[in-house]
Amino acid sequence: MKSLAELQAIRDKAKANLNLRKENPNAARVLVGMATCGIAAGARPVLNAFTEEIAKRGLQEDITVTQTGCIGICQYEPVVEIEIPGEEKVTYVKMTPEKVARVVNDHLVNRNVVTEYTIGANTK
Amino acid sequence: MRELSLNVMDVAQNSVRAEASLVTITVEESDKDDSLSISIGDNGCGMTEEQVSQVIDPFFTTRTTRKVGLGVPLFKLSAEQTGGSFEISSRLGEGTTTTARYVKSHVDMTPLGDINSTVEILIRCNPQIDFVFTRTNDNGSFTLDTRELRAVLEGVSLDTPDVTEWIRQYLEEQTQILFGGA
Repeated sequence: MKSLAELQAIRDKAKANLNLRKENPNAARVLVGMATCGIAAGARPVLNAFTEEIAKRGLQEDITVTQTGCIGICQYEPVVEIEIPGEEKVTYVKMTPEKVARVVNDHLVNRNVVTEYTIGANTK
Repeated sequence: MRELSLNVMDVAQNSVRAEASLVTITVEESDKDDSLSISIGDNGCGMTEEQVSQVIDPFFTTRTTRKVGLGVPLFKLSAEQTGGSFEISSRLGEGTTTTARYVKSHVDMTPLGDINSTVEILIRCNPQIDFVFTRTNDNGSFTLDTRELRAVLEGVSLDTPDVTEWIRQYLEEQTQILFGGA
């Protein structure tokens, strides 16, 4: 059973790490479009895949995953935007959970944009 | 939407945009009464009577990025297509409550789906907002209230990875107890 005592232990551990954790100015941001259009197109499994892949690699301190609204390109949902400080924002379109591992590995870890998944490669 | 839990995620985000500090999500189902109801309440900015009548219109939205707003109309349709009902009550400055009632056995009933995932994502992505999630069936009910968690966490954020994992497991466990039939 999950207990509040367990939560207290988590709190104490988190507080001990607080200095380490506080505001990483170089943290990358993964923004998953989660308005009606994004959700209907399957954004939730994509968001979960990012969270899992980032946790698996222990990168939670360096990358934050969050929801964003509709940016007006509903036909390309699920849309994921990646913001890395000092670099141009990259927009990935028609994302799937299967594409996530490669985006994390190539783009977020090794800083090579996965061009074939970007909006530039998918608009005609 | 393939799952009602996705409608919930969508409509709950209207509460987030309405600058609510507390969002209440209640799912009550009963096999005895062949019913399921989903209610999403918030203490956000609320709407005028005129706006309430407009949100049911798919061609109304407050957004500027596009001309349609399908969140509420899709949620309404999902309930009405089962012979259920839908209502929004709202007061400017006080908040909004959206309730959808379903006839569970209807052929056009959309499955509820992974509601726990919806709740977990909402908490993780909006750690500054409090959520109260209650799930009830004929056997009983359980509640997750982030205000209680916050009291224990003493300033540690709800989106701390270990905390979100605790929330995920808590929801899974409670759901199993509620539906496990043990």
